[in-house]
Amino acid sequence: METITTDVAIIGAGGAGLRAAIALAETDPTLRIALISKVYPMRSHTCAAEGGAAGVIKPDDSFDMHFDDTVGGGDWLSDQDCVEYFIHEAPKELLQLEHWGCPWNREADGSVAVRPFGGMKKKRTWFAADKSGFHILHTLFQTSLQFPSITRYDEYYALDLLVDDGRCQGVTAMEMRSGELRQIHAKAVIVAGGGAGRMFPFSTNGAIKTGDGMAMAYRAGAPLKDMEFVQYHPTGLPNTGSLLTEACRGEGGILVNKHGRRYLADYGMGPETPVGQPQLKTMELGPRDRVSQAYWHELQKGNTVTTQWGECVLLDMRHLGEKKINERLPLVRELAEAYLGVDIVKDAVPIRPVVHYMMGGISTNTAAATPLPGLFAAGECACVSLNGANRLGSNSLVELLVFGRRAALSAIEHIQGLPAGNAVALNAQAEKTQQRIGDLLSRTDGTESMSGLRKEMMDTMEKNVGIYRTEEGLQEGVSKIHELRQRYQRVILTDKSSVFNTDLFQVLELGSMLDCAEAVTVGALARKESRGAHQRLDYVERDDKNFLCHTMVHHQGLDVPRVDYLDVVITKSPPGVRDYSGDHK
Amino acid sequence: MKERLVQLEVLRYNPDTDTEAHFQRYEVMCQEEWVVLDALNKIKADIDPTLNYRWSCHMAVCGSCGMMINGEPKLSCHAFLRAYEGVIRVEPLAHFPVERDLVTAPDDFMEKLKRVKPYIIPKEKKPISEGEYKQTPAQLMKFRQYSMCINCMLCYAACPEYGLTPDFIGPAALTLAHRYNQDSRDGGRKERQEVVATHEGVWECTFVGACSEVCPAHVDPASALQQMKITSSIDWIVEHLIPGGKS
Repeated sequence: METITTDVAIIGAGGAGLRAAIALAETDPTLRIALISKVYPMRSHTCAAEGGAAGVIKPDDSFDMHFDDTVGGGDWLSDQDCVEYFIHEAPKELLQLEHWGCPWNREADGSVAVRPFGGMKKKRTWFAADKSGFHILHTLFQTSLQFPSITRYDEYYALDLLVDDGRCQGVTAMEMRSGELRQIHAKAVIVAGGGAGRMFPFSTNGAIKTGDGMAMAYRAGAPLKDMEFVQYHPTGLPNTGSLLTEACRGEGGILVNKHGRRYLADYGMGPETPVGQPQLKTMELGPRDRVSQAYWHELQKGNTVTTQWGECVLLDMRHLGEKKINERLPLVRELAEAYLGVDIVKDAVPIRPVVHYMMGGISTNTAAATPLPGLFAAGECACVSLNGANRLGSNSLVELLVFGRRAALSAIEHIQGLPAGNAVALNAQAEKTQQRIGDLLSRTDGTESMSGLRKEMMDTMEKNVGIYRTEEGLQEGVSKIHELRQRYQRVILTDKSSVFNTDLFQVLELGSMLDCAEAVTVGALARKESRGAHQRLDYVERDDKNFLCHTMVHHQGLDVPRVDYLDVVITKSPPGVRDYSGDHK
Repeated sequence: MKERLVQLEVLRYNPDTDTEAHFQRYEVMCQEEWVVLDALNKIKADIDPTLNYRWSCHMAVCGSCGMMINGEPKLSCHAFLRAYEGVIRVEPLAHFPVERDLVTAPDDFMEKLKRVKPYIIPKEKKPISEGEYKQTPAQLMKFRQYSMCINCMLCYAACPEYGLTPDFIGPAALTLAHRYNQDSRDGGRKERQEVVATHEGVWECTFVGACSEVCPAHVDPASALQQMKITSSIDWIVEHLIPGGKS
């Protein structure tokens, strides 16, 4: 197996991975950087983010307000030292992107424009029409092309982390076009592999969002944190799950049920605001968890609209007018027209909540460091505890930047004066990967179909770990996912070819998703309270006495994982009431 | 929901086992509103796990799933079954080497993209602490359309010049060069001209316009290339015909 030796290996080349790579290259041009991804960088799912990125820039805004919105929005599960660091770095990172050419929308005077977003008390979301993530990703990717020290390994599927002497020292990966394995020895590794939304059947996430980075770190001994917090975005297209950005509501779109009632007023987010005059932090600009939960209640009451794609509510943007829609929401108009046949200028569009984002992930601290020395993580795959129990829209694109850069700086610090790795020990580990893949390719006694197991996993997650959860459902979920992990050991691999074998990659991705799914279900069962995106019908209140803490899930091979807890860092904002009524201060 | 039996004829090629590519016919029950990608996904899950293609976002923004559908370059996530009758022929993107089945090697495009220096080369560098570069909405509109390129490479598959002359930098990369040239924050045009204003660059384009017709992001590379030809001609006039002029 060929060995590649580098200083820092980055797994994932989306927003966080690219930002980390550029920070490494800029800070120390002598560093060798290996940027590894199972897709070409511009295919990364950052491209699908629409609405924008939050950072305090306007004179009427303040860091304190961004802090309060984020901590309250996260139902007090955010680590407040992390939030503090984040809000101060956010505008710098967004300005840095501006300097790199990101086509942010502008005010008439040439300054950057901001738009309102859910759960935010001020307009502070920078945006590039409704293709903000796309522009951020391409700006980062194109900017990265000027740094000769970044060596890209495009379409290399990362397999296992190499850990020796108690620290992470590299990764094994398969070159997808040849099927050849490589071991990449590195003094530090940054995982930036994205989320795992594809474990659910109805998701805004692209096919590549299979939690490989999370699972890799988890298997190597880094715990996964707060995995039970899965964000449903309130407004997905009911057939494809494609996202209709929160900016639809930020710009003034309203949600109505089959009676034409703006039902959010009935769930603590009223009173109604005038149509077309959205008010910050109330009604349609409530936080995502509350807005998605309101849909569930409407469904129980029979107030939803029955469509050929299932039960929906309606997102009405007609009053915005064609000009504003074309200027601010062109992608939304295209998506609804193409995939649903609805022109949002003329008709309300049926939507329903859709799995969108994992608040949980690889446990990291504010320095983007995991408990495993030499291993850092950033972006959706990480849980740095910025988002707590519910992420506010437009905080995650900034999170990629702030913690992508921070992971790079921490990695540089880590590798100073580090002794050389033990190549023999690392090689022995890499051979374990080779053995694992070899066994999979040569196995002839498989009995379980990959697509069959995948479907059972998705159905289980949707049925038992959805917007509202119960003890009984979660028990069933835990045992079912555990059973699927055992059956996965007998999965059939039909395609034995060496070249671009997507059957093999789908099998490996399913393994990653099952590991993540188990952490989600086990964490959800153990958390006997309702907080943010984790809502239990049998424990309806938030319980700060017992659960003002992070769930830490530790991998135990094929056994059920071990769960313990870590205190939340509270610096200045004691747990309070989340008030999204129109009366809030 | 209405269903329909769809027949697809997919070009298969596995360099491990095949000496040449061949078509394979699949029949699959599809919903009326599906796209070609949905049909491929159903084939992969239920009929033939050995079929290979790239995809991710299913919303025409990641640019992964470009392929030839009935001879035209399309994103398969944006090729609606309702637009086709009879057998749908699916082949890898034209003008790129095939790795396997519908998976092509984009190396040439990736290399060319890098050559045009698609990043801001600042006119005046200033620190972050001094805030943003002011850019009016009108200045933004001069380049925004050209920044929408998703790098799906459909324009390369459609471009007859690229098919004939593989050295041609091609529509998407040249358009991105133009995007940065037109950005009020950028001062790198002269550096880019070394690549752009050559016979591998804009002068290779014969303005067929196929690139703009197939672009799923409405970027209109043909107009970008025409604008670049005009500005490159002006450079030449200034340099050669105006006494004392220099570009």
